[in-house]
Amino acid sequence: MAIKSHVQTTINGETVEFLCESRQSLLEVLRDELHLTGAKEGCNNGNCGACSVILDGRLVNSCLVLGVETEGKSVETIEGLAAPDKLHPIQDAFLENAALQCGICTPGFIMSTKALLDSNPNPTEHEIRYWLAGNLCRCTGYDKIVRAVQDAAKASA
Amino acid sequence: MPHVAIPSLLRNLTDGEESVTLPGTTIREVIDNLEHRYPGMKARLCEADRIKPGIAVYVNGILTRGAIRERIAEDAEIHFLPAIGGGMSEPLPHQDSELT
Amino acid sequence: MSEKKEYKVIGTRPIRHDGVDKVTGRALYGADFQIAGLLHGRVLRSPHAHARIVSIDTSRAEAYPGVKGIVTAQDLPDPADKVADLGEGAVNLKYLCDNILARDKVLYKGHAVAAVAATSPHIAEEACTLIDVAYEVLPPVLEVRQAMEPDAPLLHENLKTTSLGETADEPSNVASHLQYKKGAPEKGFAEADVVIEREFVTGTVHQGYIEPHNATALYNPDGHLTIWCSTQGAFTVREQVAEILQYPISKIKVVPMEIGGGFGGKISVYIKPVAALLAMKTGKPVKVLMNRTDVFEGTGPTPASYIRVKMGATKAGKVTAAEAYLAFEAGAYPGSPVGPGAMCIFAPYNIENVLIDGYDVVVNKPKTAPYRAPGATNAAFGSETILDELAERLEIDPLEIRLMNGAKEGDRRADGPIYPRIGYIETVEAAKQHPHYAAPNGKKHHGRGVASGFWFNIGLESSVTINVNVDGTINLVEGSTDIGGTRASIAMQAAEVLGIPAESVNPSVVDTNSVGYTAVTGGSRTTYATGYAAYEAAQDVKRQMIARAAKLWEVDEANVQFADGEFSCINGKEEQISFRDLCARLGETGGPVVGSGTVNPGGAGGAFATHVVDVEVDEETGKVEILRYTATQDAGKAIHPSYVEGQIQGGVVQGIGWALNEEYIYDAEGTMTNASFLDYRMPTCLDLPMIDTVIVEVPNPGHPYGVRGVGEVPIIPPPAAIANAIYDAVGIRMTELPMSPERLLKAIGTI
Repeated sequence: MAIKSHVQTTINGETVEFLCESRQSLLEVLRDELHLTGAKEGCNNGNCGACSVILDGRLVNSCLVLGVETEGKSVETIEGLAAPDKLHPIQDAFLENAALQCGICTPGFIMSTKALLDSNPNPTEHEIRYWLAGNLCRCTGYDKIVRAVQDAAKASA
Repeated sequence: MPHVAIPSLLRNLTDGEESVTLPGTTIREVIDNLEHRYPGMKARLCEADRIKPGIAVYVNGILTRGAIRERIAEDAEIHFLPAIGGGMSEPLPHQDSELT
Repeated sequence: MSEKKEYKVIGTRPIRHDGVDKVTGRALYGADFQIAGLLHGRVLRSPHAHARIVSIDTSRAEAYPGVKGIVTAQDLPDPADKVADLGEGAVNLKYLCDNILARDKVLYKGHAVAAVAATSPHIAEEACTLIDVAYEVLPPVLEVRQAMEPDAPLLHENLKTTSLGETADEPSNVASHLQYKKGAPEKGFAEADVVIEREFVTGTVHQGYIEPHNATALYNPDGHLTIWCSTQGAFTVREQVAEILQYPISKIKVVPMEIGGGFGGKISVYIKPVAALLAMKTGKPVKVLMNRTDVFEGTGPTPASYIRVKMGATKAGKVTAAEAYLAFEAGAYPGSPVGPGAMCIFAPYNIENVLIDGYDVVVNKPKTAPYRAPGATNAAFGSETILDELAERLEIDPLEIRLMNGAKEGDRRADGPIYPRIGYIETVEAAKQHPHYAAPNGKKHHGRGVASGFWFNIGLESSVTINVNVDGTINLVEGSTDIGGTRASIAMQAAEVLGIPAESVNPSVVDTNSVGYTAVTGGSRTTYATGYAAYEAAQDVKRQMIARAAKLWEVDEANVQFADGEFSCINGKEEQISFRDLCARLGETGGPVVGSGTVNPGGAGGAFATHVVDVEVDEETGKVEILRYTATQDAGKAIHPSYVEGQIQGGVVQGIGWALNEEYIYDAEGTMTNASFLDYRMPTCLDLPMIDTVIVEVPNPGHPYGVRGVGEVPIIPPPAAIANAIYDAVGIRMTELPMSPERLLKAIGTI
């Protein structure tokens, strides 16, 4: 058995401790160790963005971060976004705009959108398209996603 | 009587005839009558008592489910077309062909 | 059915029923499935495109700590036995099995050879490197015309060309030849004032669904096998696994998890039987996941093709004759979509004289799988650019020439069938009237192109059960996996019948033990056929509820009518009760109400689309920028317009990717050199403008609400439309896909 490290981190505001092998990515840790399966594996090499999470305020592909690197850091995942009785405005905007079809890329897009609006609350269409170019969607053609992000920006304003 | 469109690849058996009118109340009877008029036809369309895999029977433009047993109307128009294995890699031995 | 029918639910845009699960990350996709004691499987794949397997030695891998089981083709029943029993029809079974785990030969790089189950995915991966496979490497055949040469290396020694029931004597890589002929093409070309003929080449492209294939299998000592997986059709998984493992269908339960895209690529099974074999061998649940490279190299893309098209027209613009030659790469085993390609190529037009030849050819690439209107996009790239050229030579507007020759109800397609009511002309008219078509288009290096497409759509079997709840809601049980919002579009059809809101329906997609047989989510059939089954199930509920109202009021059923969600007594008594209130009284009128519907409809009704695109060509870099895109399409009746628009936009963008960037790039040994999302370049949102859609509604007489399938046809026109726009921009006819910067620069002469 490979040697495991003890890691303490904050996930969606809660302190979490886990053991992981040094070769395990944050994506593997989230999915296989912590059963937070909202982050998806589409490519495992940083090209599709389906595993997007926010690490210390910065958008990352969790497949490109090692689990052990999150020691002492703060991770935001799709599971932490909604309040118990209310969706986040970005989630509402995705539903109202029919901005998802199969839904596999949706958690990544929503986390990516959150990181965008956190830093730029009023993006232009071009800024939205530029920011989201790291997230692949094969179903929607992006039209309704971009509109959802525009609506979410308006709702948060 | 039913009309049968002769596929271009079978017209060597019909002296180039593209369409024939034949008696028959089922696809089986139509094929038997085709064979009677154009010997060799049945061997191209059937294997034992079923339509060959790879061939689909359309009646009035609709893919039949009953194949050789399909009952047909007096003025039915019948097409024998290459079956399309699209939905599956290829139709399984017992399956109808399908498009996807 | 009248064209102006008023609906309460149909045509509205409710929030999809599975929406909250999908925006919160709670929806469980195949790879998310967890179960105690899970082992992890990994498939070893061939490094060669064409080789004979001399030996496989698994002893080193078996001894590796953490390895619990290894399987090879020797663990599969030998299909050769069945071929001996059943003859020709069972040959497909051997191909099907050999594609799961190669038995005697590997036929493409990435062909599965063996699989390991271990305590972690990493151990399984490491153990794969310890399996010793000795190969005798053979020369690969990587291109369709090369494969058709008489001296080409053969993939299958026993494969002989079949031509509608006739089998050739000599083996060949050409699996089949098909032909459609209508009228007298020579005569038609003689009547033409202009005849244009060109050759076209299209590359291999992948569906590119974001979720890789996955399967978890569990085998119980009583022989029951359960498979949790992402699939377009749980029942087809059950059938294929039963065939491949020669195992009874009654002992296989397939549980469809949420699916992350399919587009035709998640119908054929790959790792599902492998997970099952590993579970049987180890007695433990085994999860097998593909990575992205596995998906590119080991699952079916859609074929590369060589196409020749010739069309002739009179000065007035009447197309008098058309000929096409289509040779499609089937991949390692027969079964390319050359048939549908051949049937679709001239389908939008009523042409008197037509000859179409199609060839299905094996090459050393993955066995191809369906991809959104399989075959039709390749074909339309040829026919729709030739038609554009005819229009240009004759100085006729390209939409006008389509109107002049467009197919209508009663016209006969080249492959035989006569069209019922179709909406092709309406899509062209809609494109012509769109502000996009009237907008200025004169800037240097800017161009506009148009193209049309046809796809059949299919019916096939669907089953739905409805359980009525006492609070006036219904639980709708279906077997169609929901890839793009079909829970909503199916639920809405049941809601319309019962006069209840869409939100009063709880749709569930269930396993193969829990609903009647339902064919795949594919062929643009789900909203059409499963929606039809939901309509029938709701009608069944309605009939039973009418009987309950009659019982309640102590009148004959004939005296009860139902409209707008209200039951009323039409004779004798002044009684009225809503669907909801009657639900509360089921207990006193006989107990639960369960309705069911099962259909196998034949009238899917074809779909047509016409697209307009503006591009800008950068002559220095070869980059083509999509400036504006408008897609018109006949949807019959749009049940949930947002998701119809979404299907159109998604199809358009896949078509844009196919047109401009996407292709498998092979080296001389047959290795795909771009098997990642970085190098296999799918469109990102930065590459695109908004995609305008116009939904035309010409109701399909084959569906109670007039629905036509919408999913597939929008992928067909983009490559041709963009090629025509590039011509308009820079005066170059592009005849190869993708029209990548490199190809464009070569064509322009920059490099």
